[in-house]
Amino acid sequence: MVFAHLLYKTLQKENPMRWRFVMIGMVLASLAFGAETDAVKTLSVAVDTVWVLFTAFLVFFMNTGFAMVEAGLARAKNTVNILAKNFIVFALASLAYWVIGWGLMFGDGNGFMGLTNLWFVNGGVDKGYSAIGWTQVPLWAKFFFQLVFAGTAATIVSGAVAERIKFLAFLIFSLVLVAVVYPIVGHWIWGGGWLQQLGMWDFAGSTVVHSVGGWAALAGALLLGPRTGKYRNDGSVQPIMGHNLSLVTLGGLILWLGWFGFNPGSTMAVGDGTAIAHIVVTTNTAAIMAILTATITSWLMQGKPDLTMLVNGALAGLVAITAGCAFVSVFSAAIIGAIAGVLVVLSVIFFDRVKIDDPVGALSVHLMNGVFGTLAVGLFAQNGITGAETGNGLFFGGGFTLLLHQLLGVLSVGVFVFVVTLIVWAMLAATMGIRVSREEELLGLDLGEHGQEAYPDFQGFLTK
Amino acid sequence: MKWIVAVIRPEKLTDVKQALAQAGVGKMTVTNVIGCGQQGGYTENYRGAEMEINLVKKVKLEIAVNDAYVDITVRTIMDTAFTGNIGDGKIFVLPLERCIRVRTEEEGPEAIG
Repeated sequence: MVFAHLLYKTLQKENPMRWRFVMIGMVLASLAFGAETDAVKTLSVAVDTVWVLFTAFLVFFMNTGFAMVEAGLARAKNTVNILAKNFIVFALASLAYWVIGWGLMFGDGNGFMGLTNLWFVNGGVDKGYSAIGWTQVPLWAKFFFQLVFAGTAATIVSGAVAERIKFLAFLIFSLVLVAVVYPIVGHWIWGGGWLQQLGMWDFAGSTVVHSVGGWAALAGALLLGPRTGKYRNDGSVQPIMGHNLSLVTLGGLILWLGWFGFNPGSTMAVGDGTAIAHIVVTTNTAAIMAILTATITSWLMQGKPDLTMLVNGALAGLVAITAGCAFVSVFSAAIIGAIAGVLVVLSVIFFDRVKIDDPVGALSVHLMNGVFGTLAVGLFAQNGITGAETGNGLFFGGGFTLLLHQLLGVLSVGVFVFVVTLIVWAMLAATMGIRVSREEELLGLDLGEHGQEAYPDFQGFLTK
Repeated sequence: MKWIVAVIRPEKLTDVKQALAQAGVGKMTVTNVIGCGQQGGYTENYRGAEMEINLVKKVKLEIAVNDAYVDITVRTIMDTAFTGNIGDGKIFVLPLERCIRVRTEEEGPEAIG
C-alpha cells in the first residue's frame, strides 16, 4: 500500500488524469488476486485431503499385513481363527470409534478426556474438536485417518493372545479398547489432554497406538498364560513354529509399506513437502537399520539368522521411529533403528524366559519399541527440524526436560492402560472365560471356534 | 517283538507321546491318517452349508517294542488317549518277524531298544 501511495503521488504530478486508470487497474488486479487466493486455498485443502486419505488407505492396508504376519506365525490349525480376528477387528474398531471413540479422543474437554460432541462424530459437523483444528482437511477425512490408527491398536492385541483366546472374548475386549481405552490415551497426547499440554511429543503414535496395543496385549497374555506345550516340564522353552513364513514375509513388507502412510500421513497436511519427505526417509532408515542389527543379533545369539527376527526387526525399527520421525534427523533415525533391532531380539528371548507367551512377538515389537521410541524423542529430538517446537533432546543440548516429559508419558500411559485392560480381561475371564479348553487348543481353534479349516485339502499335523 | 499300531485322536498325540517317553518307549513313527470307524464323521461349516466329513482325521502311531514293553505301551496309550467318547481309536498288536538297524546292522531285540 505504501508503494501504491507513492505511485499515486508520482502519477498525480505527471498527469492528473492518468492515475484514475492506474487505480482501476489495481482494483481489478486485487479482485483477480483475491479469486486466485480462494482457488489456491481450495486446491491446498484438496491436496491435503487427498494426501490424508491416501495415507489412511495405506494404514488400512496394514490390516492385511497384520493378518499375514499373525497367520504365518501361528500354526495351521489356528489360521482361520487368527484371520477371522484380524478381519472382524477393523469392523468393531470402526463402529466403536464412530459411535464414541472419536468424541472421547478429540472432543473439547478436560485434561483427561473429551466431553463435547461425544457421539457419532457430531453427525459430521466440525464443532467442538479444536485440538485437531490445526489441519484444514474436512472432518470426515480427519475421522477416517484417526480411525485406521485406532484399528491398528486393536489389531496388535490379536497376535499376543493368539492360539488360545476365545473368539467372543477377543471381540468384546477389542470393542472396549477402541471405544474407551485408546481414545482416552489419545486425548491425553493428541486431543489437547494433560500430556500434550505438558509437552510430551508422540508424532505418529509409538505410545498412543503401539504402546497402548502392547500394554493391553501384555495384560491379556499374562492372564491367559502360555500356550499348551510352550514350556517343557523343566521350564525350558519349547519353540512352537509358525506354519508359513512366506505369509510372515509378505505381511512384514505390507506393514513396512503401510508405515509410509502411518508416519508421513500424520502430518495431515502436505505443506511444501519437506516435512513428509523428511519423515519418509527417517521412517525407512530406522526400518533398514533395525533389520540389519536384528539380523546380526539373531545370527550371533542363535547361530543362524532367523527370518522371523528379520521381519520383527523391521517392525521394531518402524515402531521405534513412529514417535520421533518428524522430530529427529535421518542420522538419529538410523541410531534409533539400530537400537530397536537389537532390542526386539533380546525382548523376544526375555518374554520367553519370563513365561509370557507371545506367539507373534507383538510385545517385543509394539510395547518394547513403542516405549523405547517414545523415550528416544527425549534423547534425539532437534527443535523445529520439520517445524514442530519440541525443544531439543538430551543429546542435542536440551537437557532432561523433554526426556522427563516423555518418561512421564510412557509411565502414565503404561499404568493406565495396563490396569484398566487387566480389569477388563479379568472381568471377561470371570464371566465368560477367556481361554479355550485344553482339548480345543490341542485340536486347533479353527475347528473349535469356527468349525472350519484353513487348509481342508492338506493334511497338516493337527497336533502341531 | 511286537508291532503296535495305534490310531488315536490327533489332539491326544502330545499327551500320548509324552506319557510313552516317560514309560521308556521313546521310538515311534507317527502319520496323519484319515479313516472311519464307529464315530462316523463330523460336520464342518462352509459358506453357510454344513458338510459332512466321513473320513475323520486321526493320527497313527507305529511302535516296535520288545515283549517286556508290550503291556506298558498298550496301557499307556489306553490311559492317555482316552476321553470316553466314540472316536478314541484302536490299538492293534501284531507279531514282528525281524527288525534290523540300518546303520549298525544289529538285528532283533537290540535293534529295537
